[in-house]
Amino acid sequence: MTDTPAPTGAAITLSGCGKTFPDGTCALEPLDLQITPGETIVLLGPSGCGKTTTLRIIAGLESPDAGGKVLFDGQDVTQLPIEKRNVGMVFQSYALFPNMSVIENVAYGLRVRGVAKKERLARAAEVLEMMRIDQLAERRIDQLSGGQRQRVALARALAVRPRVILLDEPLTALDAALRDHLRAEIDGLLRRLAITAIYVTHDQAEALALGDRIVVMRHGAIAQIGSPRDIYFRPADDFVASFVGVTNRLEGAVRGGRFETAAGSIAVAGPDRATASLAFRPETAVLCGAGDSGLRFRVEQVHFQGARQRVQLGAADGGRLVVEAAADAVLVVGDDVGLVLDPARFVLV
Amino acid sequence: MQRSPLVFALQLLVTLLAAAFLVVPAAQSILAGLTVNYFQGLRSGLTLDWVAQVWGLYAPTILRSILLALATLGVTLLIGVPAGWALARKPGRLSRLVEEVVTLPVAIPGLALALGLILAYGGIREFRASVAFILVGHVLYTLPFMLRSVMAVLAAIDVRTLEEGAASLGASPWQRFIQVVVPNARPGILAGSLMVVTLSIGEFNLTWMLHTPLTQTLPVGLADSYASMRLEIASAYTLVFFLMIVPLLIAIQIMGGEKRAKKRK
Ligand SMILES: Nc1ncnc2c1ncn2[C@@H]1O[C@H](COP(=O)(O)OP(=O)(O)OP(=O)(O)O)[C@@H](O)[C@H]1O
Ligand SMILES: [Mg+2]
Repeated sequence: MTDTPAPTGAAITLSGCGKTFPDGTCALEPLDLQITPGETIVLLGPSGCGKTTTLRIIAGLESPDAGGKVLFDGQDVTQLPIEKRNVGMVFQSYALFPNMSVIENVAYGLRVRGVAKKERLARAAEVLEMMRIDQLAERRIDQLSGGQRQRVALARALAVRPRVILLDEPLTALDAALRDHLRAEIDGLLRRLAITAIYVTHDQAEALALGDRIVVMRHGAIAQIGSPRDIYFRPADDFVASFVGVTNRLEGAVRGGRFETAAGSIAVAGPDRATASLAFRPETAVLCGAGDSGLRFRVEQVHFQGARQRVQLGAADGGRLVVEAAADAVLVVGDDVGLVLDPARFVLV
Repeated sequence: MQRSPLVFALQLLVTLLAAAFLVVPAAQSILAGLTVNYFQGLRSGLTLDWVAQVWGLYAPTILRSILLALATLGVTLLIGVPAGWALARKPGRLSRLVEEVVTLPVAIPGLALALGLILAYGGIREFRASVAFILVGHVLYTLPFMLRSVMAVLAAIDVRTLEEGAASLGASPWQRFIQVVVPNARPGILAGSLMVVTLSIGEFNLTWMLHTPLTQTLPVGLADSYASMRLEIASAYTLVFFLMIVPLLIAIQIMGGEKRAKKRK
């Protein structure tokens, strides 16, 4: 797309958008969400938490319960059907038209807008080139691999230069290696086009890699909104912490500025608490000699993983932790080790 | 699995006997329409005279049947395709009910259906005397076949998601229907169309009740010729009927075969 300036994204506001389906299922409690122009926002959560429903409300495929409002750039579009909203959408099943070739699929959005055949094919060809699938232009849809279909679906959604692109688990149907590759490609594309993107996934690695901000959802409500770093290192609650990667927790109490647990104690900020738990990520802890820190554990298992080792530790009260160690660290199962925690990277809840 | 030659020979024999049982009467009937005098048998020689006579006597009937079948096709397409689409989009209790109601005429004996039509609309003289009256009966009877055929293919291609895809690209409901739904439902529409034409051309029960001497159709004419003409003419009529219906049946077979082959792939 060289002939026009990159499309700029729309700002999206959801206010009080809930959704109860006719059969009585409450898929979404009324929620508010502000998305700034050009931002990539990821909806993350377990199956059935309402991600797709939220996306479909933004798209206009589903209308929110009474009282809910969807605004694009401050304009109320709640009553507009999807075909009037100028959004691009990539479906989990791709929804490519089997009766059209690849290039006809990509040109379809321009066709319904009345763009002349020659021009729309030229523009579709440009998008195919941008996605590096121009050699597939004349193929039929059933002659494409999963990854190729995914690219065509994205190209088709982008060809109309939408102000918002909505992606519903676009990579879930693909194998792991291809997923990583396409994720990086999509990330680059979304940033280059400066388009507002809403990306649904239940894969935390995908969410952390792609999102400017992540919305973690649970049971039809928002559990936390924040940058990937916020979500990862400062999860709002247990649910977010355990959903976004492996989290260690130590149970204990805070007394006189120290967190005391079965494995020992360390200095923390904050008032005294009779019960507290301290949560941290495996890679934020550093192993040291048994007497070199206030916390002492026994090595229970060691898994060599190439670049790193993954170490399972046991505390005196039976609590278990997982931490990482350098590949060349010498660790013997049954030995005692100490653990140093970075105060900036654990949370006390 | 190794099949023993004896079992195979037995199976072949049974199949051939069954086929012969069905084919012999048909062949005899066709032959009767081509012999000069059936009672003297083939010795009397072969002729196309009877076929020509049938054409002379029943050409308008045959033509009427073809036009009727095409009109039935037109109406079932106009109603069946959009209705199948609407039902496929909103699968629920209501759409199942509609489907059941529309399918009812297949289960009800044609005679009862015809009687119902005569009781309800027979009083309107112009209508009762016209071919349109038979057309209504044929549409009632064939519509479920079109509807089911269309719905089956729409369910198989997940038409709702395809339509949402088209809508997200800005297509209006009409554009979606014409550019996405219909082209992708084509195999179902074609199969349904062949079915409708074949059923309409061969329909007797209903039509026999609904027709007037001036609105006979092919099968009704057949009955008429059996009742009132000499055997050779009646047989020649059967031959004409075969010539019209067999290509349609073969086409249906081929279509079905193609669909199955595609599914296997
Ligand atoms: N058309 C519908 N009618 C009734 N209930 C529905 C409908 N669509 C979704 N639901 C329900 O709403 C809830 C949220 O569904 P949604 O599809 O938004 O989940 P999701 O987060 O996208 O899950 P997944 O990761 O499995 O796709 C689920 O409990 C689901 O069963
Ligand atoms: Mg979903």
